[in-house]
Amino acid sequence: MDETMVKEPIPKEKFQVIGTDDFSGDVIARPQIGYWKDAWRRFRENKIATVSLVVLLLMIIMVIIGPYINGINYEDIDQGALNQAPSAEHWFGTDALGRDLFSRVWQAGRVSIAIGVAGALISTVVGCLYGGIAAYFGGAVDTILMRIVEVLFSIPYLLIVILISVITDSHSIFTLMLALTLTGWCNTARLVRGQMMQLKNQEFVLAANALGVSPWKIIVKHLLPNTLGVILVAITFDIPGYIFSEAFLSYLGLGIQAPNTSWGALASAAQQTFAFYPYQMFFPALLIALTMLSFTLLGDGLRDALDPKLRK
Amino acid sequence: MSEQQNTQNIVEVTDLCKYFRVSRKATLKAVDHVTLSIRRGETLGLVGESGCGKTTCGRTMIRLYEPTSGTVKFNGKDISKLSGKELLQFKKDAQIIFQDPYASLDPRMTIGEIITEGMNVHYRYSEEEKRKRVHELLNRVGLTADYANRFAHELSGGQRQRIGIARALAVNPQFIVCDEPISALDVSIQAQVVNLLIRLQKEDQLTYLFISHDLAMVKHISDRVGVMYLGNLVELASNVELYDHPLHPYTKALISAIPTADPEEDMSSKQIKLEGEVPSPINPPDGCRFCQRCRYACEQCRKETPVLREVQPGHFVACHRCEELDQSQKK
Repeated sequence: MDETMVKEPIPKEKFQVIGTDDFSGDVIARPQIGYWKDAWRRFRENKIATVSLVVLLLMIIMVIIGPYINGINYEDIDQGALNQAPSAEHWFGTDALGRDLFSRVWQAGRVSIAIGVAGALISTVVGCLYGGIAAYFGGAVDTILMRIVEVLFSIPYLLIVILISVITDSHSIFTLMLALTLTGWCNTARLVRGQMMQLKNQEFVLAANALGVSPWKIIVKHLLPNTLGVILVAITFDIPGYIFSEAFLSYLGLGIQAPNTSWGALASAAQQTFAFYPYQMFFPALLIALTMLSFTLLGDGLRDALDPKLRK
Repeated sequence: MSEQQNTQNIVEVTDLCKYFRVSRKATLKAVDHVTLSIRRGETLGLVGESGCGKTTCGRTMIRLYEPTSGTVKFNGKDISKLSGKELLQFKKDAQIIFQDPYASLDPRMTIGEIITEGMNVHYRYSEEEKRKRVHELLNRVGLTADYANRFAHELSGGQRQRIGIARALAVNPQFIVCDEPISALDVSIQAQVVNLLIRLQKEDQLTYLFISHDLAMVKHISDRVGVMYLGNLVELASNVELYDHPLHPYTKALISAIPTADPEEDMSSKQIKLEGEVPSPINPPDGCRFCQRCRYACEQCRKETPVLREVQPGHFVACHRCEELDQSQKK
């Protein structure tokens, strides 16, 4: 290399102002994609969550059509076929009264899943309203409302269930629902309040405030849509919770009464003869486990898919 | 101030205080007795360290916070007394651009929805007019019209900040509080955004309160500069005057800390190093807030809180000893 060339200053004429680029500093490379579409794409990438979703869909279909498939009514008693093992006629066997277990398991599933979904819905609606009010008004209102939640939260729900069934003197599905949801919404209320408190001080809410947007519109357009992810995930965790609570209560004899049945009630009935007829216990237990597992895994997958921070 | 000057001022802040109650005994004095005015069409820079109350001051000026005491007058009207239509008009006239471009846009709204949010409150446009207006605003901030259907997460920091500017401009404001609009951006993008702000100011005759801790950038954009320390305004002067001839010991230290572009110049000899940390703004002691770190602090400084006074025409300082120190330095 020629050293003299390096030392010589470059003449000014060789420089040229090409202008500063105020515009088009950067270009979007990513194709346009909506929020929900993006979440769905990430959800599908999660294999475990997708499998859980398929299992749950199958479960729901079976619960709807299952009791009619083999043509035996779930209430029909066949005195000639007590405690039979699974066979071509009775696919899951029969119970101590000769009732077909295949039909009974799906009929029981209706009750269990209905309680799970309805319970989750009630607690979500109540919890959202309660948590939303506490977070929006803040201050003393928030303190009082949240202390009430803490008191309710600390009462064991078994106690409430027993008290309610004593007071109302009934074991109907509605009493059970009332007992389960009476304190069940507390967790959702806490979650929603926490999320809304955090959002309330976010700059986009302040910006809406500075623009003169009304409080009502801020709640509907900014606060609720941004809490939706948390709520949706809470629902998927609530459903198995309610299913299990119902199964547990039915197992103790406080839940669904015969001739209607649920997975918990089936397992409870099978428990007495478990040593001789284990299959009577096996099928309802399997379905409880499968449903709860699927809902929990689905909730996990949804949480990951809906979290904007995990977006790639 | 005379009557004639009053009409020139778009914002007049008198004795503004904003305290936050941290617990039963502790009060955080974020903004403590600040008095300043902003002239129509100018850019007032507000500088200071983190936590000195710049942002709180700016937010109180557009009524995002209610002041503890003192008044803010906007176009001659006390903003804390506004309600109904007048309040709505004020919210249209005074806007804000936020620091964090990631937190200031709703992640579930499209850019078009974000920009039309303010229009829906203040104007009655048809869908077609709205679309046109959004495209026009996007073009003004240097983006293309097809951004309208995108979501904030698809954009870079600089692009988001441009959307934040477009959202503020959508309601045709007179006064914009720029709350550290560039501190979250890369240096190359900073220049783009600041130049955009300057261009928009010329086109729309906007008035800015430009909050920043970047002294060089404030020098570039501002007409006058205010320096805050721990909730107090310690010095306020024209851009040239403040940088060339600072009077308050804190301002002197700040300005000596601006890095120079010349690598051969020895920085260390000129730099004034401050001892200690910024004290907590919770229950601050009487006297000058700066006295613990000021090498010229005297008995008076520890007892009496200095008031902002006009030392030279247009140059306000809150220091007991500034003239005395200035004299001795000249000698």
